[in-house]
Amino acid sequence: MTAGAKPRHKGWRYRANVALRILAGTAGTYLVAALAAAMLARILPMSRAEAVTTGTMIAFAIAPGVVVWAFLARGPWRALAGVGIAALALGGVAWLAGAPV
Amino acid sequence: MIREGARQSMAWLHGWTGLLLGHILFVMCLAGTLSVFKPEISRWMRPEVSAPADPAGAIVAATTWLSANTKGATGWYLSAPDGRSNTVEATYDSDGAYFSRALDPVRGAPVARDTLGGEFFYRLHFELQIPYPWGRLLASLAAMLMLVAIVTGIIAHKRFFKDIFTFRPAKGQRSWLDGHNALGVLSLPFHIMITFTGLLTLASLSLPWGMTAAYGEDLVTLYSDMTPGAVSRAASGTKAPLAPIAPMLAQAERYFDAPVGRAYIFNPGDAAAVVTLYPVEQRAIGYLPAEMSFDGATGKLLKAWTEDRAGMRTYQTVYGLHMAHFAPLLTRWLYFLGGAMLTLAIASGMLLWIVKRRERAPLSIGNKVLERLNVGGLMGAAIGMAAFPIANRLLPLAMAGRAEAEVSVALWSAAAALLAGLVLPPAIGWPLLMGVLALCCALAALLGPIWASDMVLATGNAMLLATAMALAMLVWWRQVRRKPAPAPARRRKAPA
Repeated sequence: MTAGAKPRHKGWRYRANVALRILAGTAGTYLVAALAAAMLARILPMSRAEAVTTGTMIAFAIAPGVVVWAFLARGPWRALAGVGIAALALGGVAWLAGAPV
Repeated sequence: MIREGARQSMAWLHGWTGLLLGHILFVMCLAGTLSVFKPEISRWMRPEVSAPADPAGAIVAATTWLSANTKGATGWYLSAPDGRSNTVEATYDSDGAYFSRALDPVRGAPVARDTLGGEFFYRLHFELQIPYPWGRLLASLAAMLMLVAIVTGIIAHKRFFKDIFTFRPAKGQRSWLDGHNALGVLSLPFHIMITFTGLLTLASLSLPWGMTAAYGEDLVTLYSDMTPGAVSRAASGTKAPLAPIAPMLAQAERYFDAPVGRAYIFNPGDAAAVVTLYPVEQRAIGYLPAEMSFDGATGKLLKAWTEDRAGMRTYQTVYGLHMAHFAPLLTRWLYFLGGAMLTLAIASGMLLWIVKRRERAPLSIGNKVLERLNVGGLMGAAIGMAAFPIANRLLPLAMAGRAEAEVSVALWSAAAALLAGLVLPPAIGWPLLMGVLALCCALAALLGPIWASDMVLATGNAMLLATAMALAMLVWWRQVRRKPAPAPARRRKAPA
């Protein structure tokens, strides 16, 4: 991956690196996208239906960015942590905002 | 600038995201490209229906026939003829069974030639012949991978603009790479647009969490907020005939200032029946921009709504950009061209994966299987789609379950080609299956029949013939003119 000049070594270290990034890029990305959609649906200053559609569109726009970032981050743990922190932050704001009435 | 290592990892990700569901993306893209001409394909496949149709009259004829011929229906979903299509596309249920039929615009009864027509390609494009919701979810996943492949492809690409003008033919990997880059870059804005908007058409299924967060379990409010002009209410159980629909259509046309494009009738024959009407979609990009609901039993107006909320219009525009119902003729051909380029970009990417590895070292077992899977999968998908119109012309009209039989022919042809691709060595499989595909396209055009003078039929035949000729030339060029196939591995060792 990004670490060495010769990325062709296929030891367990390389495989674990790839596996963790894939985890961050798949499940992590979906979590971030889902929570981004949820948070935006609750906080965007629009009518409820508009906030839902707009939030969902934005979530889809950031999702590929999250995948790419998971593979560009300096290390696999950093990728996982970044996705985790983003999810926590988005989920936290969504939770604090509460369901609109 | 981007670090070299970063570019490498993006190239790696581009390869794997493209490879993972590449065959499914190829099917989706090819079927989607054909779906641009869905009404025209339907017309090619129903040559008996040639009467120009009046949309309102056709809806009236369809509802009259459906009233007499369905029992206990929960819904009739009708699309009116609009100048491109000349039948009423109807989905309805009767006695618990679901039907999808094209209804004659004058008689209201199903047309003689029972076929899915263009609907086959349209459904295949996002449902992949897999039951709900799995087909749509798989299509969503594939679309997401496509989007990631596009983004990583851009980042990994070193000389983005210079390479647009680069093509080095007959140089193995270089040529494939140049071709793949050109196909990807030349209509890149279209590729991004179509993938992103496609992903969003299935958003309520693949990413419903915004709806959940804002509405929770309250689906009734959700629906009425999303489409305020639609009315959903349960059947009452009391029978009542459907009120005449012509006055409702006339009132809606005045309100929309456009012809009615769709008529949805919920619980027809029940006292609580609802008729919801939508305008044609050719006036603006936005999808379903207004709706009007009537009480089915009395014909009284219940609700009318013209969408003007900015957020909803944005989503409708995104949706409409994907559906391309707004597109006039030239734009439609550009959609077709863009789709064809994306389809070829996917196919060339799949081939590039193999070519690249073959030039470095002998292929691993996995890549050898993949090489054959490419032959069978890519050619099989196309052969299945070409077998479909042939079945349309050859199966007897009176056959029971005719529409399903056409689909079976398409799927079995694809399966047979896939098997042939897996069994035969690629050097034989490629030209053989390409030849079969060329013959299938030519045969479909001949059965058109080839002397058809109707514009839609003639254009369809011409496209089929052009495809057949292009494939035949490709086979001839590879097999006859350039006989010695490029030696697989390590041939660049000799000094200049």
